[in-house]
Amino acid sequence: MPELTATPGQTIGPFFGYALPYPGDRELVPWGSAGSVRLHGYVHNGEGDGVADALLEVRQADASGAVPAVPGSLQRGGAPYTGWGRSSTDADGHYWFSTVEPGPTRPRSAPFFAVAVFARGLLNRLFTRIYLPAAPAVLDADPLLASLDAAERRAMVAVREADGSLRFDVHLQGPRETPFLSFPGHQR
Amino acid sequence: MNTPVLESGLVSQRVISEEIEKIQAGAAAGQAQPRLDFAPYRSAVLRHPARDLRPADPEGAELVAPVFGRSDVDPLESDLTIGGASEPIGSRIVVRGRVLDGDSRPVRGQLVEIWQANAAGRYVHQRDQHPAPLDPNFTGTGRCLTDDAGWYSFITIKPGPYPWHNHHNAWRPAHIHFSLFGTEFTQRMITQMYFPGDPLFALDPIYQSITDERARARLVAAYDHDSSQHDFLLGYRWDIVLTGRHATLMEDGDA
Repeated sequence: MPELTATPGQTIGPFFGYALPYPGDRELVPWGSAGSVRLHGYVHNGEGDGVADALLEVRQADASGAVPAVPGSLQRGGAPYTGWGRSSTDADGHYWFSTVEPGPTRPRSAPFFAVAVFARGLLNRLFTRIYLPAAPAVLDADPLLASLDAAERRAMVAVREADGSLRFDVHLQGPRETPFLSFPGHQR
Repeated sequence: MNTPVLESGLVSQRVISEEIEKIQAGAAAGQAQPRLDFAPYRSAVLRHPARDLRPADPEGAELVAPVFGRSDVDPLESDLTIGGASEPIGSRIVVRGRVLDGDSRPVRGQLVEIWQANAAGRYVHQRDQHPAPLDPNFTGTGRCLTDDAGWYSFITIKPGPYPWHNHHNAWRPAHIHFSLFGTEFTQRMITQMYFPGDPLFALDPIYQSITDERARARLVAAYDHDSSQHDFLLGYRWDIVLTGRHATLMEDGDA
């Protein structure tokens, strides 16, 4: 079949706030339910300021490593776990999700949340991964992490906080810039 | 009128247009996506990664898009003109087209979300302070699922252009925001659809951040008389192509 060129992306702009967020969007599982974890952090610009008009989406496996392909993400009440969620940032650039820690999707692979980042001022979406904190041997074996230097690698692994939450900050630019990903066939 | 900064504290359109021209003159042809570091769009200056994107082979959750179904989206959500007590003001239109992946395969049963300004160029958003009227019969948000051939369709009102503060006397061409999913999460994208012949195209740094003219044209809908309906509305056609799939490549033994 003929290969088509992808339609260009454009910025999400400043006015998505009444269109894309919806009740329960950031609750992949109910707050405080058994096995749930809070995944949260801040989105920063190149001067370290919080980005108040960003939107993050996560796509992830369940705790066993299976990636669900079931409907129901827009109607959270009573729906099964769908493995997808959406969080806009608040005035400080803070986002948060209630979710589960994904299991490895291949034997011994390093589990991660797949992430898409959108923001006013960001002309196309960015992809990254939030890896779960894990033993060095697990992270060392990951092909992407193995291709990064130590600082970049740290920037892709969530930090476990005292209350059990997972913390991951997104730096769109600057000395702590988050490594963002390009997949085969994606043209810049 | 060579003053680079006007009384408003904003630079002139001429300064922005010269910046656009200079960047585009130096850009390689055929770049299908916008430049993230496009400084004429001032908000991009501190919000683009300075380092190259890292090549990664998608795996796990990246290879599976979220799934949406009839439980998620009511068919009435695709008509943005029926939410109020009476008809919204403006030119009633239908916007329809197909969502395809890079291998020309239709993206079936997938979520499409849109949002837009009303006919006066005003969004129902508290941060939109443009002194144009809100329309009590129009919120400007819609959702639908594509059909088995990848078709989406929205009935709405033609949005108006609106001013913004990127520079002095800056106006966005009329557009509708589109949010799209493919069959893999790597195909996720958000973009804007424009209307044919808009005189603001050349002046708009967001549209012009796509430096290749043919690529820019992919964001412009076509007037489609076959979609227009007698005595009722005007039709626009806009097809969307997502990036290619990876899982299928592997199934085919290509990767």
